[in-house]
Amino acid sequence: MPYLGSEDVVKELKKALCNPHIQADRLRYRNVIQRVIRYMTQGLDMSGVFMEMVKASATVDIVQKKLVYLYMCTYAPLKPDLALLAINTLCKDCSDPNPMVRGLALRSMCSLRMPGVQEYIQQPILNGLRDKASYVRRVAVLGCAKMHNLHGDSEVDGALVNELYSLLRDQDPIVVVNCLRSLEEILKLEGGVVINKPIAHHLLNRMSKLDQWGQAEVLNFLLRYQPRSEEELFDILNLLDSFLKSSSPGVVMGATKLFLILAKKFPHVQTDVLVRVKGPLLAACSSESRELCFVALCHVRQILHSLPGHFSSHYKKFFCSYSEPHYIKLQKVEVLCELVNDENVQQVLEELRGYCTDVSADFAQAAIFAIGGIARTYTDQCVQILTELLGLRQEHITTVVVQTFRDLVWLCPQCTEAVCQALPGCEENIQDSEGKQALIWLLGVHGERIPNAPYVLEDFVENVKSETFPAVKMELLTALLRLFLSRPAECQDMLGRLLYYCIEEEKDMAVRDRGLFYYRLLLVGIDEVKRILCSPKSDPTLGLLEDPAERPVNSWASDFNTLVPVYGKAHWATISKCQGAERCGPELPKTSSFAASGPLIPEDNKEREQELPDSGALMLVPNRQLTADYFEKTWLSLKVAHQQVLPWRGEFHPDTLQMALQVVNIQTIAISRAGTRPWKAYLSAQDDTGCLFLTELLLEPENSEMQISVKQNEARTETLNSFISVLETVIGTIEEIKS
Amino acid sequence: MISQFFILSSKGDPLIYKDFRGDSGGRDVAELFYRKLTGLPGDESPVVMHHDGRHFIHIRHSSLYLVVTTSENVSPFSLLELLSRLATLLGDYCGSLGEGTISRNVALVYELLDEVLDYGYVQTTSTEMLRNFIQTEAVVSKPFSLFDLSSVGLFGAETQQSKVAPSSAASRPVLSSRSDQSQKNEVFLDVVERLSVLIASNGSLLKVDVQGEIRLKSFLPSGSEMRIGLTEEFCVGKSELRGYGPGIRVDEVSFHSSVNLDEFESHRILRLQPPQGELTVMRYQLSDDLPSPLPFRLFPSVQWDRGSGRLQVYLKLRCDLPSKREIPGERVSSARQACPKKAPSPAPSLSKLQPVSGAEQPRAEGRAGGGSPSLGPASGARRLSTLGPFPDGRPRAPRTSQPWALHLGPSSGSGPGQSLL
Repeated sequence: MPYLGSEDVVKELKKALCNPHIQADRLRYRNVIQRVIRYMTQGLDMSGVFMEMVKASATVDIVQKKLVYLYMCTYAPLKPDLALLAINTLCKDCSDPNPMVRGLALRSMCSLRMPGVQEYIQQPILNGLRDKASYVRRVAVLGCAKMHNLHGDSEVDGALVNELYSLLRDQDPIVVVNCLRSLEEILKLEGGVVINKPIAHHLLNRMSKLDQWGQAEVLNFLLRYQPRSEEELFDILNLLDSFLKSSSPGVVMGATKLFLILAKKFPHVQTDVLVRVKGPLLAACSSESRELCFVALCHVRQILHSLPGHFSSHYKKFFCSYSEPHYIKLQKVEVLCELVNDENVQQVLEELRGYCTDVSADFAQAAIFAIGGIARTYTDQCVQILTELLGLRQEHITTVVVQTFRDLVWLCPQCTEAVCQALPGCEENIQDSEGKQALIWLLGVHGERIPNAPYVLEDFVENVKSETFPAVKMELLTALLRLFLSRPAECQDMLGRLLYYCIEEEKDMAVRDRGLFYYRLLLVGIDEVKRILCSPKSDPTLGLLEDPAERPVNSWASDFNTLVPVYGKAHWATISKCQGAERCGPELPKTSSFAASGPLIPEDNKEREQELPDSGALMLVPNRQLTADYFEKTWLSLKVAHQQVLPWRGEFHPDTLQMALQVVNIQTIAISRAGTRPWKAYLSAQDDTGCLFLTELLLEPENSEMQISVKQNEARTETLNSFISVLETVIGTIEEIKS
Repeated sequence: MISQFFILSSKGDPLIYKDFRGDSGGRDVAELFYRKLTGLPGDESPVVMHHDGRHFIHIRHSSLYLVVTTSENVSPFSLLELLSRLATLLGDYCGSLGEGTISRNVALVYELLDEVLDYGYVQTTSTEMLRNFIQTEAVVSKPFSLFDLSSVGLFGAETQQSKVAPSSAASRPVLSSRSDQSQKNEVFLDVVERLSVLIASNGSLLKVDVQGEIRLKSFLPSGSEMRIGLTEEFCVGKSELRGYGPGIRVDEVSFHSSVNLDEFESHRILRLQPPQGELTVMRYQLSDDLPSPLPFRLFPSVQWDRGSGRLQVYLKLRCDLPSKREIPGERVSSARQACPKKAPSPAPSLSKLQPVSGAEQPRAEGRAGGGSPSLGPASGARRLSTLGPFPDGRPRAPRTSQPWALHLGPSSGSGPGQSLL
């Protein structure tokens, strides 16, 4: 935010700083320096007065010193040559008799962040590590990390690391924690600080001396320690027991995570810990700080995924109060939805019904969807509530209720009758695309049970010209054709009109094509239409919309007390993927540069296939079909020639994959259904020399990666590599389309 | 590990900015944060946001944003705790936390930050340890307050209010200037309760939720022991019974870790050695049946004028609290009402709430859609009314069992030693 006329300000301040009268008056001098700092915070470029500020650092006034050092740390990277002038003062201060001055000077000197400063700070840091004042030692220990990071990727100074390890036994608790932090940074490339048995036990014994921040951090470091025996493990857990009762939520959650991870083989211990953490979590959920409340709610949801019913008796804590911000209300509704059981369902539904008429349309809709979610278990009560809501004749409510009905009829066919009775009349209150589609779908599929279904659809047909959403028109075509099969007499006339309109007047190509398709289908004969359109009306076993199964505690224990539950797993996967792509971006140009547009894959891949012989000298033979038995035998007899992990998120659609692989002459032997966990696929291919490539694709439930293992019956690296690059491209393409 | 820390005013101006590690971005992150925050879609939470490998975590405290950025996957609980601790610390040292005090005390804030965080790692947050290192003195400016005048009675007569210290008395820095030897040994004890009450149209209580805390602000020299005695009839939990009468009962209670509870079971005495500054000694919660009647009563009346198609809602709120108590934020909202109407007017139009009380002129800010005017210190009766046009001529009451449930909350009564207890 550069201000206009910032040069004037700099000039004026420069003048003031040079003024001997001001320099003589300590308070006035300090005030001018404060003004510099204030402008600096506002974003003005104050680097112009660097020289004058360096001069101001030679003072006995410690407040002034602090301000000047703050200024220098900010602008040193811009003026490295001038900053070197200040080093002298700083070095002198490092041997000041006052420990506060020593610490301040050392801290500032290490924070200068400019090239060439390392040689000056090394000796003061080493002296600082042996200083008798703990304040200086704390600063010096972190100074080691700063110095290491200034060096860039240089090698680790072994002597320094040893010194730091020995300082873990320091008297001062903050020095101990700083040592851990510093070692962690210095040894980052080697996997961080090593927590062996003596260190772990030493830290455990010092725990009670630390403050809450230190405790939380040490608990995090202790996650790395693997106790040797069961006995030791339970000793540690007993030692840490008191931290589950700490008044600081950070420590409680840190301890909980440690318990969950250490006791990963003892589910009863894990459950026990989760019961004990209930109190602190609930307290955080009703805390005055909205932010803390939100984070706690996210963790509650995480726990509920594994232990549904864990918070059921406390359902009232998750009732929304009107003054809460939107994002907390939405979380609470989700939680409520997940903790219903036979005892509280009545109260929870009563409460949710109240939210459905909330003034915020978004929140009202979320509440209705939540009731829809509960309806999968408690169908009758929920359908009744939803039907009542239709009576309000509010547009934003009706459209969501109808969408909920659509999903519900699919998953719980037993409620079809009730839904069909509720539907008549609600077409007046639906204006948006989603709601209309849902209504039309319901009328089409269950039209024989709704007396006025044809007349409602007729209204839509009448107004089709003014309809703005193509998706609604498509839905209307399908629905009307379906209804025509069950009630031909009432529908024939308007079906004709609709088809005529779609084929002759419609501008949208997709709608027109759909119209033409149905017209030709009707020409083939009514039996053929029935065969194609009357798919099963509902099949809950398909499981597309169903909740994922309960997840074991161990699948998320490592995510507990991190940002993952706060972002949500899916969002986190995209974030870490972005970061991953940045890191290995240049190494994997293949997948990233290959940005094919969706519907063009087959052609696109054909082109690639033609290119491939040139690039990799690999020619895969088409139509080389192996039997499953033969595949299995060969697979078991061979060793893995290549293994690789690709980032992957979400589901595979078997058909898409199969089609895409077919194009490059890779055959699919076996494939799991979409959504199963772990998802697997077995592929085979053969090149023109007769070399077989057998491949396994594996998607593990917990990580967002796909593991590819390739086996080859003749060991030839160059063809293997080109085969893998083909495979990568195909998978990359599918992901592109998906996203 | 924290990369940057900054404080933004409610308008997005950076008041304090400190880069601890110099590893990410420049100064424009503060601006970036504010843009991201204001442009967030409604259903996403602003607490934790991500941009370009950097996580923004913030709390909002007295209309300031305290933000940290980090590139690591850190514990959100610890970070949020740190931010609220920082807010308390700044409040303790500057007297109170606000845009004005922060910009007056820039040097002090930077000095504090320098000692609390080094290279993005927390060093210490204890007031005791920090006071040895903090050299700058807080700049306090006392704004002119009408409240001070109100405690002076007519012709110098003593009024009710003059017996109680003005509420601004506690908002001064913990660290009084070194030259000023006349530091008073004072302790301020506030009982703050938040009540959320749901009242049905017939006046019966549907849901009551009380969250209370005892806050202590101590200016005593540290190390001095303090004993807080609660009434001996104080019961925790539904089943406990003490004394003869109905007693005073709370559902759950939790204490600060520095409170010694040795004598709590027998005599209901809390012993503690409070550090200087603010501290929440005890929190308690109470829901459903209250031991005493509510401190206010609400009389709703709904009239529907068939001729003009208007609906009149009168909410009469009667506060039974003594007038010296302070009710800083009281809100009445009629949440549970979806008055079904035809298209033209989109939301229930209770946003037109207007106070129609006689003598007083309370501030009433009708918030669009929410219908929640905030009132000034309420005592005595007050009436609110609203008019809603119903173009289709007949308001169809929603078929819920409580068509006119009114939601009142959170009104909190605060003042030295005043509560339901």
